[in-house]
Amino acid sequence: MSPDSTGLDAWVDVLSAVFMIVGATMSLGAAIGLLRFPDLLSRMHAATKPQVLGLFLLLASIGLQMRTWWVWPVLLVTWIFQLLTVPVSAHMVGRAGYRTKHLHRELLTSDELEAVVQKAAAKAAREDGSGDG
Amino acid sequence: MSRRRISLRQELPLLVWLVIVWGALWQDFSPGNLLFGALLSVAVARLFYLPPVELSGRFNILYAIPFALVFLAKVVAASMQLLYLAVARGPRVKNAVVAVTLRSHQDLLVTATGHVISLIPGSLVVEVDRSTSTLYLHALNISSQQGVENLKNEVLSIEAGLIRIMGTREELEIVRAEAAA
Repeated sequence: MSPDSTGLDAWVDVLSAVFMIVGATMSLGAAIGLLRFPDLLSRMHAATKPQVLGLFLLLASIGLQMRTWWVWPVLLVTWIFQLLTVPVSAHMVGRAGYRTKHLHRELLTSDELEAVVQKAAAKAAREDGSGDG
Repeated sequence: MSRRRISLRQELPLLVWLVIVWGALWQDFSPGNLLFGALLSVAVARLFYLPPVELSGRFNILYAIPFALVFLAKVVAASMQLLYLAVARGPRVKNAVVAVTLRSHQDLLVTATGHVISLIPGSLVVEVDRSTSTLYLHALNISSQQGVENLKNEVLSIEAGLIRIMGTREELEIVRAEAAA
């Protein structure tokens, strides 16, 4: 890219630089969250949200820097796949973590799932008992 | 193995998406490439059979665009909030597990709602009860009953937004009636 005198290139460069810095900051925030949060479930929050935005900003700055329209579809597809897969993986880890009790109960202000789980466990235990006997 | 036949109309969104992915990966949207992509996507959809996603048959773009913009703004807000919480609160953060019963019983809408609330401020789907379409959310930084109520209202309003975009007519009626009341 040859620098032109209109200044548009400079503005695009500034914008993509800002995107890159903010995006990297978001990924840093995710890392800090992973280190500092107390249990698995709150760490999953840190692992999912900021890096989705961080990736979006970094992809946008790639798109701005390449200056060709046909990189945009592949960047968009990348981000959409990220949007689709991140909540699913967070859900799977969170679900497994809740079931194996990797959480600090004293940090929960309310837990509306516990009663449901215990009821289901009691029912399963009863059915097991009658099945054996 | 018995397979339910999928009509082409039902499969069309999947095929179109696969062709777009194909074009994007080659970075080439010329007609020949797209045609070959279409052939491949039909073959893939036939070989790797998945149960069809049941669409409601309506999609309102007028609601979808503002929803997407608000969603993007919320993703930004969520990330900022999380950055703040990670740095300022860290290990002392208070959480809650909240049950929210949704109006819709469609798999697609429950999934979409779950995805959206996983990406916006402070909530994560821990468990799904499909029979009653109840989502159990883990919410970050909730220290009072008031916070729990606010979260429930927010989730329901997101679901209402999604129903306006692509819910069935019956669900739309429910949402309209609630909004009027």
